[in-house]
Amino acid sequence: MRKTLFDKVWLKHVVVPETETHPATIFIDLHLIHEVTSPQAFTLLSNRGLGVRRPDLTLATIDHSTPTLVNHDGSRPYVSDEARIQVETLLKNTKKFGIETHGWDSEYRGIVHVMGPELGATHPGATIVCGDSHTSTHGAFGAIAFGIGTTQVGHVLANQCILMKKPKTMAINVNGKLNRGVTPKDVILHIISLIGIGGGTGYAIEYRGNVFEEMSMDGRMTVCNMSIEAGARCGMIAPDAVTFEFLKNRKYTPPNYENSCAEWLSLSTDEGALFDKEVNIEADMIKPMVTYGTHPGMGIPIDSFIPKSNNSAEKDSLNYMQINEGDKILGIKVDKVFIGSCTNSRMDDLRAAASVFNKKKIASHVKALVVPGSAQIKALAEKEGLDKIFMDAGAEWREAGCSMCLGMNGDIGLPGELIVSTSNRNFMGRQGPGVRTILASPETAASTAIAGILEDPRNSKKIK
Amino acid sequence: MTIEPLKLVSSRTLVLTSSNIDTDQIMPAKFLSMTTQNGLGVHVFSNLRYTDDGTLTNHELNSVSGKTCKILVAGDNFGCGSSREHAPWGLTDYGFRVIISSSIADIFKANALKNGLLPVTINIDVHEWLLRNPGVYVTVNLETCLVELPSGMGSHSFEIDSFSRYCLLEGLDEMGYLLAQSDQISEFEDR
Repeated sequence: MRKTLFDKVWLKHVVVPETETHPATIFIDLHLIHEVTSPQAFTLLSNRGLGVRRPDLTLATIDHSTPTLVNHDGSRPYVSDEARIQVETLLKNTKKFGIETHGWDSEYRGIVHVMGPELGATHPGATIVCGDSHTSTHGAFGAIAFGIGTTQVGHVLANQCILMKKPKTMAINVNGKLNRGVTPKDVILHIISLIGIGGGTGYAIEYRGNVFEEMSMDGRMTVCNMSIEAGARCGMIAPDAVTFEFLKNRKYTPPNYENSCAEWLSLSTDEGALFDKEVNIEADMIKPMVTYGTHPGMGIPIDSFIPKSNNSAEKDSLNYMQINEGDKILGIKVDKVFIGSCTNSRMDDLRAAASVFNKKKIASHVKALVVPGSAQIKALAEKEGLDKIFMDAGAEWREAGCSMCLGMNGDIGLPGELIVSTSNRNFMGRQGPGVRTILASPETAASTAIAGILEDPRNSKKIK
Repeated sequence: MTIEPLKLVSSRTLVLTSSNIDTDQIMPAKFLSMTTQNGLGVHVFSNLRYTDDGTLTNHELNSVSGKTCKILVAGDNFGCGSSREHAPWGLTDYGFRVIISSSIADIFKANALKNGLLPVTINIDVHEWLLRNPGVYVTVNLETCLVELPSGMGSHSFEIDSFSRYCLLEGLDEMGYLLAQSDQISEFEDR
C-alpha cells in the first residue's frame, strides 16, 4: 500500500495499535518543555509518585515569561513575581529530574521552536511534542510534531508516549513561481485565508510542490508553524537535501549522519499515495498578505480592500479593528511594529527586515521591537551587524524570547494601538487588552515601520 | 487518580454566539503565569466579564443564573488557537461540564476530555437552534450520546470516541492506562 509521509512516520512510532475502542499509543522521540505549560505536569508526577521516564529525550528552555530586557545590574525585569517563580519552577523541576535545560546561562536558550532545530534535536521522521500549539514548526523537517496540553505533558514525562487517534491527512500543493515580494509568511497566510481557520481541524497537513521544495528551512518552519492557525495540529514537509544541509554539524546531529539521511529520504510520500483531502494552489495567485480581522484566517492581499462581513462575528471583528468594509488596508496608521516570534525570528527573517531598514529611519511615531528567536540567532545577527542596522533605524534590539507575540512577559501594546506583527495570532487582546494586530511578513513589517503606515513591501527596492 | 465521572448533565444553557472563540479569549495569557491549576474560573472570558478597571460587566457570565449553567453553547470552531490547558481548567472551575458547538478545535477538545469537560459537536441545525434560544433547559446524556432539547425539539445524537467516553463515564484519567503499558513501551524502546 502506498503511504504518505505522515503514515510512514506514524507507523514507525506505534507502540500499541489503535482499535475500534482505543486510541493508539505513540512513542515520542523528543519532548520539548518550557516554563508555562509544564509546572502543573510536574506537580501531577509528584502527586502520583512518578518519575520522568526518559529525561534523555526531553529538552527544556525558558521563553514565554522571560524578560527581553536586562537591568543595568544584570538582573532581569520580570513582569511579575509569578513570572519569575514560573521560570524558577522550571529550572528546579528539570534539575530534579536531570533534564537538559537551556536557561539564562545557555548559549542555546531561545524560543522552544527555534532552539530545537538549532540544536539539531529536531530530526526528520521523529515524533515531537511540546505543550505549545506551534510545535507544528518542527514538521518542516519531516517530523510529526504537534502541540499538547499540560495533562499530556505529564503523560509524556511519565511514559514517553501519548494516546492518540490517527488524524486524517491533507495535501496542500503549491506549484509555480512566486511573485516578487511574496515570502513564506505570505504563502501560509494565503493558505489559511483559503481553507479557513478551522479548515485543517482533524487533519495533519503535508505541504507539497516546488514552492516548498525551493524554500529554505527558515521559510519551511514559518509555513509549518502556522498550520495550527488553520486548525491542523501538525504540518509537514518531506525532508530533502535542504533539510540535511541544515542539520549537518549541529549538537544533536545523529553520529551516523549519512545513513540517517538515506533513511530520511525514504520517508517521502509514495507516488500515488492517497490523502483524505487535497488542495491545489497556483503560486502566482499569491500576493503579499496581511490580516485585517481578529483571526489568522481573515487575510487579504495587502493591496486589496476590506471584504464585506459575512456574519456578526466578522462585523465584531471589523469593529474591534476599527476598520470599514470596502476601505483600503494600505495606509492605515500604525503604532508599533514587532519582528520576532517562533514564526519569523530566524536569520532569513532578520536579514530580510534588515535589508529593508538599511540606512533608513523608522517613522517618529512608531515604536519597533526586533526580538531574535534564540541566543544563537542573536549572536549571529550581531556578527553580521544586523543589530546595528535595526538600532540605527531606531528599532529596539532585545534578548531572545516569545515577547510581544503573546505578551506574557509584559511586552505588550496599549489599548487601541495598532501593531503590525510578524507573529502568528491576531486574536482580540492577544498583544494586550484592546490592542489591534495585523499579521505580516518581516519585509512588510519593516517597510511599515519606516512608513509609519501599513506599507506595501514591494515599494522597497530591496525586495526581490 | 480519578476525575469526577460525567454521565448526565441537565442545565440551562449559557450561549456565546461568536464563532472562532479562541483560547486567548477563554483565558488571556496574563493568567498563564501561575504554577497551579485551581481557581482559574474567575478569569475565564475575563475580557467579557471585566471592564478595564476590573469592575464586573453585566455579561451573563457574571450573573447568578449564569453561574448555575453547566452547559456552554458556543459558535463554530470553539477553542481554536493555543494549547493552554488553562482554558478548560478555567471553564470547569467556573462550573461548565459540557461545551456544545458545531465544531471544536482539536487541541482544546483533547484537553477538555482530560478534565471532565465534555465537548459535544452537534449538527448545524440543532446548533443554530441552540444559539437562537439561549437559556433553554438541555440534558446531555453521555450514556446514550444524546442531547435532549426542550419543547418538542427532540433528541439528537452526538459522536465521541469510545475510549474518551469510557474514561468520562468512569471518571478515569489516561495516566493509569498508559502506566499499565509500561512493558510494551519498554519493548518498543529496546527495538
